[in-house]
Amino acid sequence: MLKISGLHAGVDSRQILRGIDLEVRSGEIHAVMGPNGSGKSTLAHVLMGRPGYEVTSGSVTLDGVELLGLEPFARARAGLFLTFQYPIEVPGVPLASALTESLVAAGRITEAEAGALGARLSEEAAELGISPEILARPMNVDLSGGEAKRNETLQLAILRPRIAILDELDSGLDVDALGQVARRIERATREGDPPLGVIAITHYRRLLAELPAQRVHVLSEGRIVASGGPELAEELERTGYAAYREDAAAPGEAGLGDAGLGELGLGETFPGGL
Amino acid sequence: MQLPVSYSARAARSLGGPEWLAQRRLDGLDKFAASPPPVVDEDLWRYSRISELDLEQYVPSGTGATAGLRPRLEADAWPQSAALLEHVGERSGLAVVVDGALVSFELSAAASASGTVLGSVLDNPRGSEVLDQVTRLNSATGKEEHEPDVFDHLADAFLRDAVVLSVPARARVDHPIVIVHLLGSRGADEVAQAVSARTVIELGEAAEATVIEIFVSGDGALFVVPIVDIAVGDAALLSYNAIQQLGAGAWQLGHQRMRAGRDSRLRTFTASLGGEYARFRTESVLAGQGGSAELLAAYLGDGTQMHDFRTLQEHGAPRTKSDLVFKGAVGGTARSVYSGLIRMRHGAKGADAFQTNRNLVLSDGAHADSVPNLDIEENDVRCSHASAVGQIDREQRFYLESRGVPPAVAERLILLGFFEDLWVRIAAPGVRAHLAAAVAARLDGVTGGS
Repeated sequence: MLKISGLHAGVDSRQILRGIDLEVRSGEIHAVMGPNGSGKSTLAHVLMGRPGYEVTSGSVTLDGVELLGLEPFARARAGLFLTFQYPIEVPGVPLASALTESLVAAGRITEAEAGALGARLSEEAAELGISPEILARPMNVDLSGGEAKRNETLQLAILRPRIAILDELDSGLDVDALGQVARRIERATREGDPPLGVIAITHYRRLLAELPAQRVHVLSEGRIVASGGPELAEELERTGYAAYREDAAAPGEAGLGDAGLGELGLGETFPGGL
Repeated sequence: MQLPVSYSARAARSLGGPEWLAQRRLDGLDKFAASPPPVVDEDLWRYSRISELDLEQYVPSGTGATAGLRPRLEADAWPQSAALLEHVGERSGLAVVVDGALVSFELSAAASASGTVLGSVLDNPRGSEVLDQVTRLNSATGKEEHEPDVFDHLADAFLRDAVVLSVPARARVDHPIVIVHLLGSRGADEVAQAVSARTVIELGEAAEATVIEIFVSGDGALFVVPIVDIAVGDAALLSYNAIQQLGAGAWQLGHQRMRAGRDSRLRTFTASLGGEYARFRTESVLAGQGGSAELLAAYLGDGTQMHDFRTLQEHGAPRTKSDLVFKGAVGGTARSVYSGLIRMRHGAKGADAFQTNRNLVLSDGAHADSVPNLDIEENDVRCSHASAVGQIDREQRFYLESRGVPPAVAERLILLGFFEDLWVRIAAPGVRAHLAAAVAARLDGVTGGS
C-alpha cells in the first residue's frame, strides 16, 4: 500500500502541495483530477523524487517503507513507478540496456538471463502496438507523443512495479493507443503479484473510460478537496473545476502551477535547485 | 631549445642506417636546437602542460643505455593490441613497431598483387623524399608552408625508422592494415625512453584503404612523438584510425598531417584513452576541389590525465567539405583542451566546414577547455562550429533512476551513450567494438565505480 500523509512540497521555496493525504492499495485505481496549476504533476514528481522539488513536511510509505529520504532509484526499487508526461530523451542509451541494468541491480535477473529480456520486450511491444524499430532506438529519442506513452507503458509492463503513478498518460494519445495502454495497465491491476496499484493523474475523464477508477480525487491548490466514486469524474466533466476552487477570485495563483512550470522550461533546468 | 645531454649529435649518429637518414637526423637536431622552447603564451601551446616536460629524464630510444636491449613481443604482455587484432579479424597487412623500430611486417598476397607496399623507410628507394613529400602541407594556393613544431624536429633527430604504406593508383586494399606500436617495451624499472614513431601513408589516384594504428606502452615513464603523414590522391578513399592506449606514465606529443586531393574522401578516427599527457595535433588540408574530410575523435580522462587536441581544417579548393566531431569526458582531476581552427583559403568557393567539440565534466576537480576559431579568406563558404562543456544531465539521470537504475550505473549508461553517435560513424571493422569495450572497461575508474 502507498500511504501519503500530510505531504507539503514545493519548488524554489514556493509551496505547491499543501497537505496531501491519500492511500492506494494493491489492485486499486485512483484518479487524481484537477485544473491546471492544482499541483497534479508536482505530486507525481515529488513522489518519484525529481531533483529540484523540496518536501517540507509529510510522509510517503510504500508497504511501510518511508520513501521520502530515498534516492529516486531506491524508490523505484521499492516498487514505485512513474510514467512521465514528457519522457526524457537519453541519447545513445537503448531501452533494453536500461531495463537490464535495473533488473540486474535489483537482483531480479542475472547478467546471463539478460538475453531473454529481448523476447519479453518484443512480446509486450507487440501488444502495445510499438514497432520493433522503436525498441532499437535510444530511449525516447525522436518519439512521437503517442510512441512515448506506449514506451512508458512498455517499461511499466517489464518492470512490474507495485504502485504506478500515471502523469497525464492520456495526453498525446489517440483513441486506439489510449485503449492499448489502458488495457495493459488495467491487466496489471488484476494479474500482478501483487496486483498493481495506480494513481492516474489526468485532466480528462476519457482515460477513466478505459481505465476504470474506483476512487476519484479532486486536487485544487495543493489539497485534495473532494473524493468520491466514478460518478465524481462524470460530475467534473459536466460542471468543471470552478466549484472546487477555494478562492475562485485568485486566477494569478493558477499561473504558478503545473502549466506554468512547463512553460518556464523547468523540465530541463531548475533555477535555484541543487 | 636547450639540448639535454643525451640528445647529442653523437647519439643521433649512433642510430645508423642510410646516409640520407643520418643527415636528416643531424638537420633535425640543428633545427631543434635552433627553435625557441615552446611556451604556453603561444596559441599552439595555450592550456597545455608543456612547461612540465623535462626531456632530461628520457633517453632517445636506440641510443646510449637503451641500445641493444631486447624488446618483449609476447602477445600477453600487450593485451590491448592483442584485443584489437582480435576485434579487427581479417586483415590485409600488419606492421609491428617496437620503440620506433620496425620489427616485422606482412602483407596479404592480394594486397601485394595490387602493387601495395608496406615496409620500412630504411630500404625505400625514394628515401628522404617519402618523408618529405607528404610532410609539406602546402595549401592549394601554395602561399604558405605549414610550420612544423619543435617536436617534429626532435622526432626527425632521433628517427629510427618509419612505416611506409603506399597504395598505388586504383588499387583497393580489401581489409584493414594494422600498425601496432609497442612502446617503452623494457618495463617500468628500466630507463625511460624518448621515442620517435613515424608512419607515412600514401594513396594513389582512386585507391582505397583502411589503416588502424594502435599505440600501447607499459606503465613506466615514456615520451613519444608519433607522427603520421597522410597523402590521399585524387578520388581516393582512406579510413585512418588511431587508437592511443598508452600506459599511465606516458607523455605523447602527436602530430597527424594530412593532405587530400580532388574528389577524395579522408575519414579519420582518433581515440585518446591513455597516457599522463596525450596531445594530438591534427591538420587536414583539402587541396583539390570536391575533396572531403571527416575527422572524428573520442577521449576519456581520469586521475591526473590531460588530453590535448589542436585541429586544423584547411580548405584550399572549391566545394571541399570537412566535418569534425571531437567528444570527450574527464573525471577525477583530469583536464582536456580542444582548440580548433577552420581556415577557408581564398578560392575555396562553395566549401563547407563543420566543427563540433563536446565535453562532459564528471567531477568537481576535472576541467575542459574548448576553443573554436575561424579564419575566412573567401566569401562564398559555409562554416559552423559548436562547442560545449557540461555535466551529466541530471534529468537524464533522474529518468534512468526512476526506472530503478542505480546512480553510478545511470551515469555509466549516459556516458557510453554520449559516445554512441561517434561509434556508429566508425567505418573500420573491429574498431567500434574495440573502443566500446575499452571505454566500458575504463568507466568504473572515471565514474567512481558502481
